[in-house]
Parts: sequence; structure tokens; C-alpha cells
Amino acid sequence: MDASKKKDLQKIACKVRMGVIEGTYNAKSGHPGGSLSISDTLTYLYYSKMNVDPKDPDNADRDRLVLSKGHTAPALYSVLAQKGYFSVEELKSLRHIGALLQGHPCIHIPGVDMSSGSLGQGISAACGMALAGKISGKSYNVYTILGDGEIEEGQVWEAAMFAAHYKLGNLVAVVDNNGLQIDGPVTEVCSPEPITDKFAAFGWHVITMDAHDFDSIEAAFDEASSVTDKPVAIIQKSVKGKGVSFMENQVGWHGTAPNKEQYDQAMSELNAQLKELED
Amino acid sequence: MADVIKKATRESYGEALRDLAEEYKDLVVLDADLAAATKTGIFKKAYPDRFFDCGIAEANMMGVAAGLAACGKIPFASTFAMFAAGRAYEIVRNSIGYPHLNVKIGATHAGISVGEDGATHQCNEDIALMRTIPGMTIINPCDDVEARAAVKAALDFNGPVYMRFGRLAVPVINDKDTYKFELGKGVTMKDGNDVTIVATGLMVNEALEAAKSLENDGISARVVNIHTIKPLDRELICKCAKETGLIVTAEEHSIIGGLGSAVAEAVTECCPVPVVKIGVNDEFGHSGPAVDLLKEFGLSAENIAATVKKALNK
Repeated sequence: MDASKKKDLQKIACKVRMGVIEGTYNAKSGHPGGSLSISDTLTYLYYSKMNVDPKDPDNADRDRLVLSKGHTAPALYSVLAQKGYFSVEELKSLRHIGALLQGHPCIHIPGVDMSSGSLGQGISAACGMALAGKISGKSYNVYTILGDGEIEEGQVWEAAMFAAHYKLGNLVAVVDNNGLQIDGPVTEVCSPEPITDKFAAFGWHVITMDAHDFDSIEAAFDEASSVTDKPVAIIQKSVKGKGVSFMENQVGWHGTAPNKEQYDQAMSELNAQLKELED
Repeated sequence: MADVIKKATRESYGEALRDLAEEYKDLVVLDADLAAATKTGIFKKAYPDRFFDCGIAEANMMGVAAGLAACGKIPFASTFAMFAAGRAYEIVRNSIGYPHLNVKIGATHAGISVGEDGATHQCNEDIALMRTIPGMTIINPCDDVEARAAVKAALDFNGPVYMRFGRLAVPVINDKDTYKFELGKGVTMKDGNDVTIVATGLMVNEALEAAKSLENDGISARVVNIHTIKPLDRELICKCAKETGLIVTAEEHSIIGGLGSAVAEAVTECCPVPVVKIGVNDEFGHSGPAVDLLKEFGLSAENIAATVKKALNK
């Protein structure tokens, strides 16, 4: 990836993170940790990979994304706002009564391809979308993002079996391996490891990537695009809370909103990062 | 008396899917390793490219159906009622109901008439479960003619539909040449003044038989067939309540949360009259031949007639 493209993506990702903080702060609830760990991936997908157009959000030929780990909606909403599906200002009313932006993704929000958030379900819907594309002769791709804790749900493995059986080469599932779930480290709660081996055993093409390095992200998605006869799982090594120092690798920031002081510090850190990128 | 033709509504379901596939190009069928029993195998044989077996994985099947519908297909997700409404309930609620996707659920082997397989497979709770999902349409056809019409009506309707079919062959009571299906509209099968028997599914035929025998005892029973349990034809139910002053409901389902509950909810609001519910009481079923079980659990013309008489103090 050339340096200027990388810098552009880094800047957008930084703004996406600010939207996560803005949203969860104003909502006084929500899930910043896992939102920050997928911010770079979502930025790459919406700005460099997916065939989508905010002016034509329902185009039948568009690529789709199902945020199976739907509690990290703040990151999805933030990237959709940056793309222009709705105003960035909307993020401030996240989770408020009467607001557009629901606590978990809702299909009626512009740019959101599927309601999700009850864990384990999004990947099945993504399978259905991929199957629909395949049997209709359409060339769109379907992306879904799962949590590493989420894959403890049995339905994920039903879907994994289905996707391989029907050779859904237009499906890419990203597993956000930040290592933490609500009750603690995934390896201590009820370990889903070894994740790569499991997907490989289910017949998927498995790729690993560094979720916070755009070169690694691009290489992974390029490789995914070259695989057309089986579904692809990208296991992304990520940092929960990435970009906000006091949230990084802290399980407590799974589902807690920042208070005013924490909001100010987080925004000041992200502003400093953005300024550095802009200099 | 002419021979009564009997047919299981699951058979009607499979045949209707096959017969409608040519006209409805987006129709696809999913099953969970029960194609021979749900009769989607009939469709599979004719349209193998539009049939997708999901294996014994109903949760994923419902999610796949949601994804297909989100991309313009009209999936019929098929399995036993126990697994469609029971095991996959939360997926139906969150992945199909909440986004209001155009998924049709073909739930076969509903009720006690599953027979010998026993309590684990006799789903008497599905209507109750599905009724609580906002925007879910529920159809419980009474015979072959109505079941076929229901499949077509579901196809023509944009939104989630739960269709309930039976394993047991039941009498064909509607005339296929004159029958018209109207979603959400109850059908008055026989007029009467003393009581209205509101029935659904295979209990419609039992209600008609009961009305005949009641007539011999000087009781004029109206019989209303409610094929669409949700949205309920409240107008018709309330009219019956006003005109006959007594309602007896009959369903092959728990008396908790099904047709009887829906009717009682409507009647208490529009015209409070006694509503007596016939259905499976608050208990599990058990193994046995379907016909014997129906009798044992009171899902019979005899019990309907006796219940009506008791309610009328006759």
C-alpha cells in the first residue's frame, strides 16, 4: 500500500474512533472496546474494498456487510456516517429514544445490511446473502465480522459447516480476535481456541492478519478475493480499545461508556493522533 | 355417502411449492434433513437447484433464510414445528421478525397428531410462541385445499409468515373449485345461533361434525374456521360473540397462548361473553397412534359437542 493511501485510511480510522467515543459518551452506554478493535478493518472495507455507494444504499449488486458482533455498532455507524449514509451528528443521539441509531444494528438504518447483535446470528444471514448472490449469478461479496467470544455460539459452527458445504467463495468472515469477552480473557472463560484450526477443519480458507496495520489488512483481503471456491475466515489479531490508551486491552471497556473526564482524555488522544497524521 | 378423501397438509405444502415454483422465480426451499417428512422432497425432485438442505441445524437455516430474503429471494424454511418455532425461536424473532424479512416458515408435524414419536416432537406451543413476534403472520390451514391456497397467499404477501401443517391425513372439506383464501379473514362454514365453535386446523372438521350432532339435539351451532390466527379476524369473532353469546374454541395446540387465547383476548375487549377453550391442557403429550391421541386429549367432535352442551347447561 502506498504511503499516502495508508495515511488517508489512518486518518479516517481515527475519525471513526472519535465517532465511537462520541456515540458511547452521549449514549452513556454501549461497547467502545470491541468497536475500537474493528475500526481499522471497517475503515478499510468501506473505503478500499467494498463496492458500496451511500447514494444508492439498496443497490442489489452492492457488497454487503453483516456486523455479527452487533454490539460494536458504534464503529459501524461511525464509518457509515463518515461515508455519508447519514450525518456524523447522528452519532450523538446513538441509543436515544426516537433516534435513528439503535443500540444494535437495525436493517432500517441507511447502509446497515442486516439487523444483528444477538450473537451467532449474523454469520448465518451472511451465508444466506452469499448463497443468494451465487444462485442469482451476481458478483457481489458478503463480509461479516464476528467476535472471538461470539464464536462460542453453536450457531456459528452450523453456519461454518453450511458455508463450506455450499462453497460460498463470495463470503469472508472476519473474527476479531482481541482476546477479551465480558467475563474475562476468552481463553479463560470457555476457550474458542485454536480458532484458525477450527475454521480450517470446517473447510474454510484461513488467513491471519494484524488488525491495526493497513498493509496486513490489505494483504489479507487481497488474498481473500483470490479464493473463489470456499469461504474465507480472516482471524484478525486486534487490541480491544485500540487507539485510546486507557481502554486498550482492558476487559472493563467491553460495555462501559466513558464519563466526561474519560471522554475528554480519549478525544484529546485521538485528536493528537489525527494531528500527527495530518502534519 | 361419498368417500371422504384424506390428505396430510404437509403433503399439500410440498406439492404447492412445486406447483408454484414456475410462476414464482424467486421461491427457494430450505430444509433441515427432513425433506422426506416435510414433503419438500417433492419440490426438491422437481427443482433441485432451488432446494438447499441445511442439515440438522435449524438455527442456521432460519438465519440463512433471513439472508436470502434480504437479497430478494423468497425462502421457505421447512422443518418440524418443534424445531422451527421451538429450537429456532430466537433466530426467527431477531433475524426474521425484527427486520421483518420476507421469510416463509413451513412448520410441519405440528401438534399432538405427530403420534408415536411422543412428547419431544409434539409441538403444542408453536402458535403461542409465534404470536408474540410483532409482524408475524400465522396460518393454520384445515385441509389440503386450504393449505395449498395458504402457500400461495404467503407468497403473495410481503413479510414473515409461519405456516402450520400436520403429519396426519385429514379429510378434505373444502371444494377446490370454489374455495377462496383471504389472508386474515375467518370463514363461516356453517351458520347457527346458540353458540359459535371457532376452530382451526384439523379441528375445523371436528367442529363441523360436532355441529351436525348438536343439531340433532336441537342446538344450533355456528362453525367458524380461523385459518389465519394472526392477524386475527376480530371483526368476525366479535360479531359471533354478539350474535351467539357463547364461544367454544377448538385447536390442536395448548390452550395457553393459541387460538383460544387469541379469541378470548379479542372477545374480552369487544363483547365479553363466555369463551370455553378446547385444546391440549397444560401438559405434555405421549406416544400413541395419532387418532387415538386426538380422542384422548379431547380433540374430537364428541368432546366439542359435550363441551358445548355443558356450557349451555343442556
